[in-house]
Amino acid sequence: MHKQALIQYLLLLGDSALVQGQRLCEWCGKAPALEEELALMNVGLDLVGQARNWLDYAAELQGDGHDADALAFRRDERAYRNLLLVEQPNGDYAVTMLKQFFYDAWHHAMLDGLSASGDERIAGIAAKALKEVTYHLRRSGEWVQRLGGGTEESRRRMLEAIPVLWRFTVELTVASDSEVQLAQAGIAADPTQVAQRWHAAVEAIFASVELPLPKAASHFYLDGRKGLHTEHLGLLLAEMQFLPRAYPDATW
Amino acid sequence: MRPGELIAGDRGARALRDGDLAQAWAVLAEVMDPEVPVVSVIDLGIVRDLDWRAGHLHLVVTPTYSGCPATEVIEGDIRQALEQAGFAEPALERRLTPAWSTDWISDQGRERLRAYGIAPPAGSASLRGASPTVCCPQCASSDTELLSQFGSTACKALYRCRACLEPFDYFKCL
Repeated sequence: MHKQALIQYLLLLGDSALVQGQRLCEWCGKAPALEEELALMNVGLDLVGQARNWLDYAAELQGDGHDADALAFRRDERAYRNLLLVEQPNGDYAVTMLKQFFYDAWHHAMLDGLSASGDERIAGIAAKALKEVTYHLRRSGEWVQRLGGGTEESRRRMLEAIPVLWRFTVELTVASDSEVQLAQAGIAADPTQVAQRWHAAVEAIFASVELPLPKAASHFYLDGRKGLHTEHLGLLLAEMQFLPRAYPDATW
Repeated sequence: MRPGELIAGDRGARALRDGDLAQAWAVLAEVMDPEVPVVSVIDLGIVRDLDWRAGHLHLVVTPTYSGCPATEVIEGDIRQALEQAGFAEPALERRLTPAWSTDWISDQGRERLRAYGIAPPAGSASLRGASPTVCCPQCASSDTELLSQFGSTACKALYRCRACLEPFDYFKCL
């Protein structure tokens, strides 16, 4: 029971990083500026590397002969456990960076808690990722400020991006029963602290450029933790998984 | 078997001889980073341990960044260099803990980065996420500005010198 809960938790971490990384890579070749292209790809690379560390561990615990690549490329949408937020389309740069910021604020709080996990493997992966995500969070927060407090058009776009993404943030401040149990066992990050830190980070950045903070999002019938995704994840996976599925075990 | 955790077979197994480990360290000091070919894996501080196990050299290597694409290349280069030096089937263990820090880059590594045109990390890893004063590797001026927090690789940021007007890479504190 404990092992199954831990695997699901590792998939939440790994799948979220992988899907967010894949979304960032969609900007490859068409970012608004060269420097942004480099930043988007580097953040994406960090996330895919972190995803591999989480999925390696999940695969080992499963112990059914599948490795991290099999988890990434041969699972269907309903088996993915990522946050709904990260599977949302990139939209314009305001949506892309606000999505990144909402994710980074959650990610940073999670990794900070996980660095002290009683599971040494988790603590090691988290401590390493936390260093990298510190830079991600700083950059995405600055972009929310720059667009939100910038020109008339950039502010309008940031204001329009908020309702596009806000309803998906509910998943960042709740936890499943099994996660709460894992946290009580000293393995998972404390969900209450993660929620508080996420709210604090978002409130601070929004207040700094006078962006209106919507009231807390409420639950709806989809739930990434249960594999109930929006229609966007299937399309993303169709692209990401095409080659390994069409040419199983291809090497180059 | 986990990727990066290759266990050596029996072939070429032999007892440890005097000078083996010193020679292995010397070989590693000549294995350069593929992205920054003037600093070695020793300069970067990514070889954490070296000993002799079950008749083979055993190395512990830590990656710089979780997603660094050079990790596999570096491990392959290390393996190749050691085998060419006569160490049969060295075993490489990839270890994440403790996480790599720019504090582990040697003084020689910092000087080599600077000479190559990359500003070395300014201060300790405690400055992670901050914007420290970075000196231009070309003219040494401290009148520089951050252009982008991510440069040509994840470990670097892009700066510009206001004195000599040259853009340059800066190796971020991690």
